[in-house]
Amino acid sequence: MTNVPTVFRREMNAYFLSPVAYVVIVVFLVVSGYFFQKALFITTEASLRYSLAISQFVLSILTPVITMRLLAEESKTGTIETLMTAPVTDFEVVFGKFLAAWGLYGVMLAPTLIYIAFLSWVGNPDIGPIISSYIGLILMGAMFVSIGLLVSSLTKNQIVAAVIGIVSLMILWVVGFYVAGTEGWFSEALKYIGTFGHWDTFTKGLVDTRDVVYYVSLTALFVFITVRVIESRKWR
Amino acid sequence: MIKVEHLTKSYANVLAVEDVSFEVGEGEIVGLLGPNGAGKTTTMRILTCFMPATSGTASVAGYDVFTDSLNVRKQIGYLPENVPLYPEMRVNEYLLFRAKLKKVPSKERNSRIQECLERCGIREVEKQIIGTLSKGYRQRVGLADTLLHDPKILILDEPTIGLDPNQIRQIRQLIKALGEKHTVLLSTHILPEVEMICGRVIIINRGKVVAMDTPSNLLTSLKGGATVHLEVAGKAERIKSALSAIPGVTKVLGSENGDINNFVVEADGDKDIREDIFKCIVKNNWILYELRREKASLEDIFHQITTQES
Ligand SMILES: Nc1ncnc2c1ncn2[C@@H]1O[C@H](COP(=O)(O)OP(=O)(O)OP(=O)(O)O)[C@@H](O)[C@H]1O
Ligand SMILES: [Mg+2]
Repeated sequence: MTNVPTVFRREMNAYFLSPVAYVVIVVFLVVSGYFFQKALFITTEASLRYSLAISQFVLSILTPVITMRLLAEESKTGTIETLMTAPVTDFEVVFGKFLAAWGLYGVMLAPTLIYIAFLSWVGNPDIGPIISSYIGLILMGAMFVSIGLLVSSLTKNQIVAAVIGIVSLMILWVVGFYVAGTEGWFSEALKYIGTFGHWDTFTKGLVDTRDVVYYVSLTALFVFITVRVIESRKWR
Repeated sequence: MIKVEHLTKSYANVLAVEDVSFEVGEGEIVGLLGPNGAGKTTTMRILTCFMPATSGTASVAGYDVFTDSLNVRKQIGYLPENVPLYPEMRVNEYLLFRAKLKKVPSKERNSRIQECLERCGIREVEKQIIGTLSKGYRQRVGLADTLLHDPKILILDEPTIGLDPNQIRQIRQLIKALGEKHTVLLSTHILPEVEMICGRVIIINRGKVVAMDTPSNLLTSLKGGATVHLEVAGKAERIKSALSAIPGVTKVLGSENGDINNFVVEADGDKDIREDIFKCIVKNNWILYELRREKASLEDIFHQITTQES
């Protein structure tokens, strides 16, 4: 595990040496800011609920942009060869990259804390749902990042990685959204698989273990599969 | 230090390396020589644990490349073909990152990096962004990286490809100097390079080892006699027929440029026919301007070996 911080730091530096980090942060800030003020005027309610609900959609697009280069670029430029022939394990590389992308995701969310300060200044927001929403955002981010990372390991082309990542996250979102309110084991299963229902409970101020388990286990699963994909170059 | 036994590697449907066996002893500089697609890179990728062999075994410094991959990778410095680097990083940042990955103790890191920069002659570009470096300097950064953890074994895939003649010379000198402290396995298809720096050559073709020896032994083992060049003044036709009459001569090729004529005489057997040629010319009272035997070059051997069985 000693190489994880080394990989993490290189990836973080790489993010801030390329325009991707700045573009993603600015886009998120502009879009979430827009919805924040919209929600504020329409509902005249000191709450983040509506603007955060929209943010899942925005994050489904932005997170794959964060993760697209992680492994695709290494395969494309051939640096994967120098990287994997250094005394590092596949897991250290994958996990270091995962943490870096998740870290950037966190950096991207950080400026929205200003909204909370603003809400406290203009009104009297219920702080419970806000905290749980942020916990939800962070956990959801881990899963989004792990999916983007997996997709990035499957191709040499960053654009392809981003597009497939976005499509996958959209499907995961729509699946739960589509069957919301219907009955039966099939829609129950889809509701569990989809991210929509899980995220919804967080915005209501609840941190349910079932939802936490959902995000954490899927994240672990996708990170694990990514490690196997990296290993699989050996069987091809 | 490196031991390869019956190594075979097939990609989806290409047999890239087939039943390759060889050994590299401590302190040797060995050249892996072969035409494009011979399997040099594949062999090196197996040795550096980037990919496993389909069958056969290989060990590096006593560790098996398949079961003991992490230990193998600690012992080697690998310069892949085309030297992949991160273009956005600065040279010193990159080397620091690599030194950490290779677990150079934090106290020694800076001095090691300085030493490697110095050895590879890239101190003046230490703070430059890698993407802006010339090909030759990128090559040196790659080489500096391989030296960081002072590995016992260096595996260099075409270390001089794409360099200008001066840089080629410098890199060769550097590799030669490195050979004093490290075991080196390098691949190339530049023949003079092998003659200049390698103590031993392994020639592979279409995935198979076809020859393995010191460059000088390979030269003497080349079959077929010698070729002699000569420049003589006199009547071309008479000279030609006189030369053809010498025992052992198989072929005389001549070109006529007025008074002085050039001939190429081929003979078979081990016998040195220069003496007979000289006597023949003196006897006829012709004037000899030049008499020179052409030594077979590694190029001939390479050509002979890599084309004969196709
Ligand atoms: N990833 C791969 N998938 C399929 N075939 C491959 C792959 N890599 C190499 N090959 C094939 O294996 C054979 C040996 O390739 P290799 O790269 O080892 O040759 P080489 O000796 O390094 O050649 P060069 O001098 O051109 O670098 C070639 O026929 C090549 O097409
Ligand atoms: Mg090659």
